[in-house]
Amino acid sequence: MSIAEEVNCLRRIPLFANIDTAKLKLLAFTSERLSFRSGDILFEQDEMGTCAYILLRGEAEVIVTGPGGPLAVATLGSNEIVGEIAILCDVPRTATVRASTDLEALCVPKDHFLQMVADFPQMGLEIMRSLAHRLEQTTARLREVLAAQAV
Amino acid sequence: MESSIFRFILRHSVRQQIVLTLMTLASFPFLYASLDLPKRIVNEAIAGKKLPESFLGFHLDQVSYLFVLCGLFLTLVLVNGAFKYVINTYKGRLGERMLRRLRYELYVRVLRFPLPRFRKMSPGEIIPMITAEVEPLGGFIGDAIAIPVFQGGTLLVYIAFIFVQDPVLGAAAVSLYPFQGWLIPRLQRKVNQLGKQRVRAMRQIADRIGETVSGIQEVHTHNTASWHLADLSHRLGDVYRIRFEIYQRKFFVKFLNNFINQLTPFFFYSIGGYLVIHGQLSFGALVAVLAAYKDLAAPWKELLDWYQQKEDNRIKYEQVVEQFHVPDLLAERLLREEEDVPFKGSLSFRNVAFGEDGGSPILEGVTCDIPLDGHTALIGVGSGRDELAQLAARVLLPSSGQIRLGERDYAELPESVTGRRAAYVGATPYLFSASLYDNLVYGLRHRPLRENGGSEEAAERRKKRMTESVLSGNATDDVDADWIDYAAAGCDGPEDLKTRILRVVTMVSLQDDVYGMGLNRTVDPERRPDVAARVLEARDAMRATMLNNPDLGRLVERFDPDRYAANATLAENLLFGTPVGPIFQTDALASNPYMLHVLDKVGLTDTILETGHKVAETMVELFAGLPPGHEFFERFSFIGFAELPEYQGILARTAKEGLGTLRPEERTRLMTLPFKLIGARHRLGLMTPDLEKKLLEARHLFASDLPADLKHAVAFFDPEAYNAAASIQDNILFGKMVYGQAQVQSKVGRIVAELVDQLHLRDTIVEVGLDHPVGVAGSRLSAAQRQKAALARALLKRPDLLVLSEATSGLDTSSQTKVHSAIMGERKGCGLVWVLHRAGLARAFERVIVMKDGRIAEHGRFDELNRPGTLLHELVTAE
Repeated sequence: MSIAEEVNCLRRIPLFANIDTAKLKLLAFTSERLSFRSGDILFEQDEMGTCAYILLRGEAEVIVTGPGGPLAVATLGSNEIVGEIAILCDVPRTATVRASTDLEALCVPKDHFLQMVADFPQMGLEIMRSLAHRLEQTTARLREVLAAQAV
Repeated sequence: MESSIFRFILRHSVRQQIVLTLMTLASFPFLYASLDLPKRIVNEAIAGKKLPESFLGFHLDQVSYLFVLCGLFLTLVLVNGAFKYVINTYKGRLGERMLRRLRYELYVRVLRFPLPRFRKMSPGEIIPMITAEVEPLGGFIGDAIAIPVFQGGTLLVYIAFIFVQDPVLGAAAVSLYPFQGWLIPRLQRKVNQLGKQRVRAMRQIADRIGETVSGIQEVHTHNTASWHLADLSHRLGDVYRIRFEIYQRKFFVKFLNNFINQLTPFFFYSIGGYLVIHGQLSFGALVAVLAAYKDLAAPWKELLDWYQQKEDNRIKYEQVVEQFHVPDLLAERLLREEEDVPFKGSLSFRNVAFGEDGGSPILEGVTCDIPLDGHTALIGVGSGRDELAQLAARVLLPSSGQIRLGERDYAELPESVTGRRAAYVGATPYLFSASLYDNLVYGLRHRPLRENGGSEEAAERRKKRMTESVLSGNATDDVDADWIDYAAAGCDGPEDLKTRILRVVTMVSLQDDVYGMGLNRTVDPERRPDVAARVLEARDAMRATMLNNPDLGRLVERFDPDRYAANATLAENLLFGTPVGPIFQTDALASNPYMLHVLDKVGLTDTILETGHKVAETMVELFAGLPPGHEFFERFSFIGFAELPEYQGILARTAKEGLGTLRPEERTRLMTLPFKLIGARHRLGLMTPDLEKKLLEARHLFASDLPADLKHAVAFFDPEAYNAAASIQDNILFGKMVYGQAQVQSKVGRIVAELVDQLHLRDTIVEVGLDHPVGVAGSRLSAAQRQKAALARALLKRPDLLVLSEATSGLDTSSQTKVHSAIMGERKGCGLVWVLHRAGLARAFERVIVMKDGRIAEHGRFDELNRPGTLLHELVTAE
């Protein structure tokens, strides 16, 4: 897969949807392409994160280890980004991510990502929009849960 | 050391000075004759006024007489030239020897300085004194005696001549000399003072520059460059002012001298003339005196010049030497004497104090016994722990009180005892700029032990060097001899020592670091065929491992002569080897005629040019929007920020006119780019199967056509041969780590480590790693590695008493624990003094000394002291 294809992939991710092709190309060029075998760990819960992963091909499971042991909470497919929270604010990984099939991912190192945001403010806006959107969703979800509890 | 330069000269070169003076005097008649002869040639031979009847018994006519005199003149010119040559060479050699002696003596003094002295004196001051400041003295030493004797003698002869002619005029001729003799030194004195000021100012500047270099990090961290610039500018201004004043005064002295010298003829003309007119003096006498006075001027001027030079050099000498006159210099015999006193029993401190002059004492009233066959912990609060440790290792000497070793005063033992039987390691040890090995065996180099063999010629050269050293009073030990004291390390030879070093390195947990250094080093297979052969074994084993386990096989792409390596650069693929020297370096390939010839022959030139064009387009597209100095340029771009406009220009032109119209240097610029392409990493979609096929063709052609004179410039990848230009790790892998494999580095590292262990290659690689150069002051090692190396250096010489002061502070906790227990084990039954920063660690020691503010608060066994109410208890519970 060449950079052109990676750029197409990035384009389908809402976070990057409105960003110039040239900038996406730069992001792809400066990121490392990693291959994982089925069962390989992308990152472990509670370790400090150094990069975000953009899945290009294959699937991965998100596993949260709680008091009751590990629990798979979600499955990610291609064109999804994972691990971005750890690089936006310095918090440990909130979950473990494991490749459930053979997987190709683009690894965006934290400093490149932040550098790009600093260099292209429009990318920062997109991230704000996307995060606000997610916050809105989470708040809505919380409201639903609280409403359910009240009943 | 002699306090004045003349004492120094007389003491060390009186014989040479006499020879020099005699030679100068001997040259005088010839010089005089050569001045006199032209007169005779003109008056006698050419004018034919006083033709002699016969010359040395031969009868000569006028022409023959002329030729004889001219022949004589030529001979005299040659004789004078020969005298000058011999005398100057002699002077020069004398000056150099004396300079060498002076520098050596100053360096000896540096070695003898008491250690606290170095807190007041910086290298920035010491170095220019020994190197630059004494340099002019060499030139003066040859002239020191000969010039005043010779010129003074000449002057006296002339003065006597004038006095014989006419005592009154004679007196008139020298009448102003006493005045000059009184005035000039007075004027000179001020110049001398300024000279001293200048030297001091220059030293401070040297010191400041040294400080800036050492503290450069702080300068940048705190944005203080302007402050330093202002400071230096101010100091340079001071030097300028001093120098300018010196010039003014110096030239004024010269002016005054010239004036006074002309004043005397003024008297001759006026008074002498008056006397002649009145018939009281004959005209002939006046002319003779005037001529004689003219001759006086030259030696007198020389003498005055010499005087100024002498004053200049006298001050230089005194100013340097006074800095090296330190009252409490270590006795010379402490450094020189050979003795052997075994460390037995205990080191008894009796009322020992240590402090720097003027300051309050750091250590007071210390009375204790430190056993030399057991372990003593030093803990406490406040000052004095490290000083006590350094006193125990005899790095410092007590200011008062006494330390006794058996019957002997510890301070009076020569370093041949204390420097071999005791060892001290502090928190910031110093490593010398050499290989790690050299630093480890540093503690074993006390005396030359075995002469370096070599050819007869080499022995002859060595002998010559030694003779010369003796003549300059320098050391005569041969630096090229084998200085390593194997016996001190408990070994019987170099091989045994290597084994011992490996053990010690393991003891201080340095082996993994050295292993890493070894993996990244190259080995000359001709010098170490054994290593090369075993690395090749490891390469085969690596291959087998990867074939058997495809999961691992995916991590490394092996070099295959018939396959394009996607994880290597295009350049590496073409060369299929490692460049040796600059000829085939990646950046030079596009302008290398042979490479261009190969590309032409397989029809790749245009493709490479087009590929270069595409790379340039992509780079400009990707990076043109970034600000200058952005880190991406350095890390990712094929084109630096500064070159971008140039490439943009090329691209704009080719867009209109095509690639055909490019100038040669523009072609080269574009063609340089593709050589850096790594297919698997850069993913630009430029590496097509067709291009790869062509490149393989070029690879084969490159190797088969390579002219003999370029064969040394590349080390080919050959599955069967060791690559001398590549590191051990690259030789084992014989390929490239695959891009895009998660954690490929650590995974491959683990596989290599396993193989290395299976083949028992680890020790060999560690041994190669010992050749790693540590850099200036060990700067290429981390702080922890430096501490470990210093510990290893101390352990290697097996001291009777090992003194450690926070010597493991830079290590992480787990290595600290490992190293502590290894050292405690190694030193079982031997003397060990350890300054600990955690009181709890003292539990493992036989004795504990607890210090409080420079005094011993408690002293005894840990269990006895560890009860409520003691300082030890307080310290332990506070942890």
